[in-house]
Amino acid sequence: MHPAFSVIFLTTLIGAAQGLFLAMVAVQFHVGVNGFAAPEAVGFYAVGSVISLALLGAGLLASFFHLGHPERAWRAAAQWRTSWLSREVIVLPAFMGMVFLYGVAHWQGMPTLLPALAGVVLAFALFVCTGMIYACLRFLREWHSPLTVLNYTLLGSASGFTLATAFATFSAPHAVRFLGGWAVALTAAAFIGRLASLIRNARLKPKSTLQTAIGIKHPKIVQKTQGFMGGAFNTREFFHGKPVATLRAIKWFFLVASFFVPLLLLGFGGDGAAIFLILAFVIQYAGLLAERWFFFAQANHPQNLYYQSIA
Amino acid sequence: MTQLALVIDLNVCVGCHACVTSCKEWNTSGEAGPMSDQNPYGADPSGTFFNRVQTYEVGEFPNTETVHFPKSCLHCEDPPCVPVCPTGASYKRKEDGIVLVDYDKCIACKYCSWACPYGARELDEKQQVMKKCTLCVDRIYDMSMPEADRKPACVKACPTSARLFGDVHDPESVVSVAIREQGGYPLMPEWGTQPSNHYLPRKKTRITLHPDELVRSDNPLKADGREPSTNGNGNGPTLEDASNW
Amino acid sequence: MTSTATAPAQEIKKTTCYMCACRCGIRVHLKDGQVRYIDGNPDHPLNQGVICAKGSSGIMKQYSPARLTKPLRRKAGADRGAGEFEEISWEEAFSTLAERLGNLRATDPKKFALFTGRDQMQALTGLFARQFGTPNYAAHGGFCSVNMAAGMIYTIGGSFWEFGGPDLDRSKLFVMIGTAEDHHSNPLKIALSKFKRSGGRFVSINPVRTGYSAIADEWVPIRPGTDGAFLMAVIHELINTGLYDRDFLVQYSNAGQLVNVAEGADEFGFFAKTEVAGQDACYDPQNKLWWDRKSNAPVVTHTEGADPYLLGEFKLDDGTTVKPSFQLLADRVKDCTPEWAAEITGIPADTIRRLAHEMGVTARDQKIELPIAWTDSWGKEHATITGNPVSFHAMRGLAAHSNGFQTIRALGILMSILGTIDRPGGFRHKAPFPRPIPPCQRTPNHPKAVQPNRPLDGLALGWPSDPDDLFVDDEGGPVRLDKAFSWEYPLSVHGMMHNAITNAWRGDPYPIDTLLIFMANMSWNSTMNAAEVRNMLNDKNADGGYKIPFLVVADAFHSEMTAFADLLLPDTTYLERHDVMSMLDRPISEFDGPVDSVRVPILPPTGECKPFQEVIIELGSRLKLPAFTTPEGERKFKDYPDFVTCWETEPGSGIGFLAGWRGKDGDKFMKGEPNPKQWEMYEKNNCVFQYHLPKSYQYMRNWNKGYLEWSKDNRITRYAEPILIHIYSEVLQRFRAAAEGRGDSRKPPEHLRERVAKYFDPLPFWYEPMEVSSSDKARYPLAAVTQRPMAMYHSWDSQNAWLRQIHTHNYLYVNASTARAAGIADGDWIWVESQWGKVRCMARHSEAVEPGTVWTWNAIGKAAGAWALSPDANESQKGFLLNHLISEELSDGRGGRMSNSDPITGQAAWYDVRVSIRKADAGEPEQTSPQFATMKAYPGMDASPSEIAYNGGARK
Ligand SMILES: Nc1nc2c(c(=O)[nH]1)N[C@H]1C(S)=C(S)[C@@H](COP(=O)(O)OP(=O)(O)OC[C@H]3O[C@@H](n4cnc5c(=O)[nH]c(N)nc54)[C@H](O)[C@@H]3O)O[C@H]1N2
Ligand SMILES: Nc1nc2c(c(=O)[nH]1)N[C@H]1C(S)=C(S)[C@@H](COP(=O)(O)OP(=O)(O)OC[C@H]3O[C@@H](n4cnc5c(=O)[nH]c(N)nc54)[C@H](O)[C@@H]3O)O[C@H]1N2
Ligand code: SF4
Ligand code: SF4
Ligand code: SF4
Ligand code: SF4
Ligand code: SF4
Ligand SMILES: [Mo]
Repeated sequence: MHPAFSVIFLTTLIGAAQGLFLAMVAVQFHVGVNGFAAPEAVGFYAVGSVISLALLGAGLLASFFHLGHPERAWRAAAQWRTSWLSREVIVLPAFMGMVFLYGVAHWQGMPTLLPALAGVVLAFALFVCTGMIYACLRFLREWHSPLTVLNYTLLGSASGFTLATAFATFSAPHAVRFLGGWAVALTAAAFIGRLASLIRNARLKPKSTLQTAIGIKHPKIVQKTQGFMGGAFNTREFFHGKPVATLRAIKWFFLVASFFVPLLLLGFGGDGAAIFLILAFVIQYAGLLAERWFFFAQANHPQNLYYQSIA
Repeated sequence: MTQLALVIDLNVCVGCHACVTSCKEWNTSGEAGPMSDQNPYGADPSGTFFNRVQTYEVGEFPNTETVHFPKSCLHCEDPPCVPVCPTGASYKRKEDGIVLVDYDKCIACKYCSWACPYGARELDEKQQVMKKCTLCVDRIYDMSMPEADRKPACVKACPTSARLFGDVHDPESVVSVAIREQGGYPLMPEWGTQPSNHYLPRKKTRITLHPDELVRSDNPLKADGREPSTNGNGNGPTLEDASNW
Repeated sequence: MTSTATAPAQEIKKTTCYMCACRCGIRVHLKDGQVRYIDGNPDHPLNQGVICAKGSSGIMKQYSPARLTKPLRRKAGADRGAGEFEEISWEEAFSTLAERLGNLRATDPKKFALFTGRDQMQALTGLFARQFGTPNYAAHGGFCSVNMAAGMIYTIGGSFWEFGGPDLDRSKLFVMIGTAEDHHSNPLKIALSKFKRSGGRFVSINPVRTGYSAIADEWVPIRPGTDGAFLMAVIHELINTGLYDRDFLVQYSNAGQLVNVAEGADEFGFFAKTEVAGQDACYDPQNKLWWDRKSNAPVVTHTEGADPYLLGEFKLDDGTTVKPSFQLLADRVKDCTPEWAAEITGIPADTIRRLAHEMGVTARDQKIELPIAWTDSWGKEHATITGNPVSFHAMRGLAAHSNGFQTIRALGILMSILGTIDRPGGFRHKAPFPRPIPPCQRTPNHPKAVQPNRPLDGLALGWPSDPDDLFVDDEGGPVRLDKAFSWEYPLSVHGMMHNAITNAWRGDPYPIDTLLIFMANMSWNSTMNAAEVRNMLNDKNADGGYKIPFLVVADAFHSEMTAFADLLLPDTTYLERHDVMSMLDRPISEFDGPVDSVRVPILPPTGECKPFQEVIIELGSRLKLPAFTTPEGERKFKDYPDFVTCWETEPGSGIGFLAGWRGKDGDKFMKGEPNPKQWEMYEKNNCVFQYHLPKSYQYMRNWNKGYLEWSKDNRITRYAEPILIHIYSEVLQRFRAAAEGRGDSRKPPEHLRERVAKYFDPLPFWYEPMEVSSSDKARYPLAAVTQRPMAMYHSWDSQNAWLRQIHTHNYLYVNASTARAAGIADGDWIWVESQWGKVRCMARHSEAVEPGTVWTWNAIGKAAGAWALSPDANESQKGFLLNHLISEELSDGRGGRMSNSDPITGQAAWYDVRVSIRKADAGEPEQTSPQFATMKAYPGMDASPSEIAYNGGARK
């Protein structure tokens, strides 16, 4: 597939936002469980919610760039019964609303339990929706796997927790260690999840072949012409057009940037060194942009069988 | 229940592209139009088409088959492109099974095109809506046209009549008969999309000659006092030459 | 289905397509005066409602930004070819032309040359040239497929191309040779699919497998230029096994006629005859002899009750040794074994043998008997018509080689010995064919035919039947600029347009003044050696004047050729003008009778475009050419439609451009007084007139008494004599005898004697194409050919926004193993080199091409900026023209030059060129070479839009 920057930003930004939100709720519960109150946490939750909202808003904005008719975007909520995209379109604003309520509640000192719980449910729902948008496409086999949903969840959570850790050095230093620990754990888990999907995808044998595409049983079939020469939607939307070497480089980059470097930096910053933690988030986010690019590029659409040659 | 579809006979398709441009021509001024073209007179011209004709080479020289392969939306019975559409712009009509896009609802999120394994959908760059073969729905029911014209433009155009049109659920329709009797098959059956469009395979006509058919008693050479050459078959000595019963 | 109260006005008009020369009937659907849709007219006999890719893209031609819309004149001081033009009025254009041409006509009419390309109005352009008095007129036939026309017409009195074809409705075995698309585009496709569906077997013989060949049951790859050997071997096998139709040959060909084979005799090689016939008639007099099997004595051919020997050698009473011509054919093919042909063609001997057997056995055992009674030319009544259901079609794969004429003769003979001529399931003629062998029209045979202020004394193109018919001067030198009908190319029956520019530039045989090119892209894809020819068009004499002083181009589009015009006349499109597909030219006849058709204007002319027909009528009137002037010296015809209605071949002849609805009331056909309502009647009848011959006249027309008399009565032919198939060609023998110094006809100049003697063989033979034998085969190991893409017509569809998306540039297709051996990967940039030039282009691997052949689509490559395309358009940057590798001239082996053409017909030998390929160097630009200066847009051309969203009728 051709990675669209709008979608890359959408999914990475909202993923981080969801993770951040989960991190805040986690801190709140952690705090609640251990039974001591932390006054400065109001800033942590309220500002954290603003950051989360800002990321969600930016993601939403990015998503509009994906649409040919953004002014009709409201229509996208119509098909929630069948379309994961429609569901995402419903859940995303709902989640945003909940983050908003959650932030306001913290700020105003109102009860936060309900918004927190609802927000958690919505955050996970959103992960599922986003992941399922891709995972439900059964012939995009690189995506059609529970790992897709899992990875969206873990990658989003990891980046969100890393962000939360960095943010906590300013607003909730007492939670840094707690958050850092989770960030490390989630990053490691995300690494495992992503590695699993890389390994799975590397072993995928295409189910569709030229033989099934045109229905002719012969071991040697070569397309001579796709029927037009100057390109079309089919050649622009479904091909990344980059050499294998670029793909490989990007893969290594995202493995290093999304997992190894953040793990290291989280280790160094474990005792609250903000600069390491901010760097950890920035690098991890950059890595995730690359990861998302790779996620799209690696998906090999069966339609591509029909678009291989011009003459 | 009716399911309209095209059946494309690869046995006679010569790859002329008549179905490609006649489709464009009808539809660009029809309900699906305009179908825009970008850079029409510049480098890498590109435009919206609902139907493309591709060419494949099968086998190795000299046993090569050149296969021309027209492809448009297959109007799947279980079209994966429809449920994914968030706006409901993509839909499958109950009455005749045609899969259509409501251009007024489409937000051009392109998700349906991702969900089509066949690459049958094309985004119109100018109008920014998803488009695809409509089975010429604005022709086939147009009562102001003579009945003979109430067919898809590509079907009417096709000089080899390689494109058949009809109801694949009616076992007696031309398309059903063709599928049944000529081994019609769907594309990428592995995805269970149940394409309504089918393809008819190549067939070979061969002549089998027996050596004794070559030379006949009324061979014209005999009138001129000659014997046909049989390339070594049957002109040698016979038992008559050796035995004396 | 939106039905709003303000639905725009819809209208359907019928006319004839001209996106190609097939000429299908179309319906143009208009919405508020704009074209909404063009579809095939279901009531048209030719296309029966179907349409092709080009026909369906007519809208994009009509509204193309490449259209010329104003008469233009080269700016004073601007160089030719620079594309600097200024608008002028039509009045200025006409007066300039009338003055210049008037002077030429009054002094030396041959200084005006008129050549036309894919013209479908040769009846009019030819008439104009003849009336003007110039011998220098021809259309595209010479560089197109004249070998096909001549080779078959000189053998069976008809041909493929537009003159006849395979009867696929009834055929069982169909062999297609060297055909990619041909003129009968839609009808052939309709027929092929019906044929396959009814279980017919389809074999394609072609170095390349695309298009039609793709759906063949068997593809037989062949090396280019070797089909003659294949056909000779098939004939060998058929004769050896006795798989020929003896009865057919005896009755309907000259197979049984006795040829004088007495070495040294003056009459050697001529038929033994009972008496010498009068020379004036152009038919075959029945004065030849058979050797009767019953009486074992010579008898006059077709003597009732006689049955001739086809094989053997006999002695006439006077001691002359004679052989039936069939024996001579048998002698000729004796050594042409399948093994011999396998070496040459690359087709395994077993395959050749098997194919021969399939043809022979199918023809013999699957006979068709139609219950149609008919009478033959000898008065014998037949209760049925027999058919041997084996049919063939061939085109430029045979024709465009310098051995094409003899190869096509071999094909004609193969079809004849199988007994398939004008019979059900075989080959069938289309009116106005069959015609006598050769047809009766002759060119003048002397330079005196060209006189100031007088029409040419004869036709500019004709059918020589012996050396005295050649259009040469007393020294045997050419009278025509293109040297057609000279001893160099005696049977160049369609002229030799491909040499017109080179000859005019060189002043050989003489310089000319004005060259008018209509509908031909002669600086690009229809010229060989395009780069040099472009220089010639611009070349100047020492005095600073152009070598070709005045160049007029009549075109509808911004083609490469237009840049060279001194005067550029903008033509209308096919939707804007009247046109006729005349019986006097190449009508669209069907097997069962004559058909002609018209175009009527659907839309008003764009800008100041004027139909070229009107230009001709206007010029003819201004020049006071007799045909266009009343006896009182006044203009005779108001306009072109008026001309078509009123003009007759001779006053009162009743024969005009159109055969339908003649007579005052429109109740006559073929012949009849002018009918003032003729156009309306055509319009009412789908713009087509179809005449169905009675069933008994539809077959065996070479020898069908009823038909031949009908044809004579309707002035299609001059005689009703039978047209015997020329297994042995005495016509060719006449030229050969002259070259050998025998007989009292004209003799070729010394230096051409050997050549004429060699190639004018009365029996077909295979020889290596001229260019092939003069190429270093080790250095240039590959044959390079082009073929037609179905979705493009020559050069003129690159301006078509839809069609150019299908073919926006071209590759050189190379067999994958050949390419790998040369280190060339799929898609690599490569150099292709011939002994004449080189081009850089991209390679595409293919398994569907014979390993010794490379090929590309014809005419896709364009000059930068031409056709209103942007300078970076794929056509010019990645597309290429094979023509740069082909020379219009070859060495004659004696330090002189000869046209790169068939030595008999002057057919341009496009497909003879040999090339080598190599990978381009790493640092080279990824751009085709050669490149030319970017062409400019002209005044009156619309800017090319960067986006189109066509919505017919909605746009204002
Ligand atoms: N769409 C379309 N239709 C057209 C035209 C067009 O430009 N576009 N042009 C029209 C014109 S002007 C013409 S003359 C006709 C020409 O009609 P065709 O003769 O069908 O056209 P070509 O493309 O010249 O095809 C020649 C074929 O011969 C093969 N060939 C080449 N050399 C040999 C050989 O030595 N032996 C054999 N057996 N095969 C050989 C080539 O591979 C090719 O398939 O088409 C007409 N129709
Ligand atoms: N290498 C190679 N070269 C070939 C061939 C080949 O097979 N290989 N084929 C040869 C053959 S068979 C042929 S017939 C020639 C064809 O060659 P041409 O007869 O030169 O055909 P085109 O290149 O199409 O050019 C025709 C011109 O007519 C113009 N035109 C189109 N419509 C109209 C109209 O309505 N009115 C006027 N006035 N002009 C119009 C176009 O703009 C174009 O400039 O090419 C020959 N050249
Ligand atoms: S072919 Fe593609 S677009 Fe058409 S119905 Fe099937 S899935 Fe949908
Ligand atoms: S592009 Fe249009 S039709 Fe396709 S899924 Fe999106 S809204 Fe639906
Ligand atoms: S049915 Fe109509 S819309 Fe579909 S491919 Fe054919 S012409 Fe185009
Ligand atoms: S119009 Fe018919 S023959 Fe031509 S490409 Fe389309 S399906 Fe094939
Ligand atoms: S074959 Fe030629 S005449 Fe017929 S529709 Fe196509 S372009 Fe027009
Ligand atoms: Mo031609």
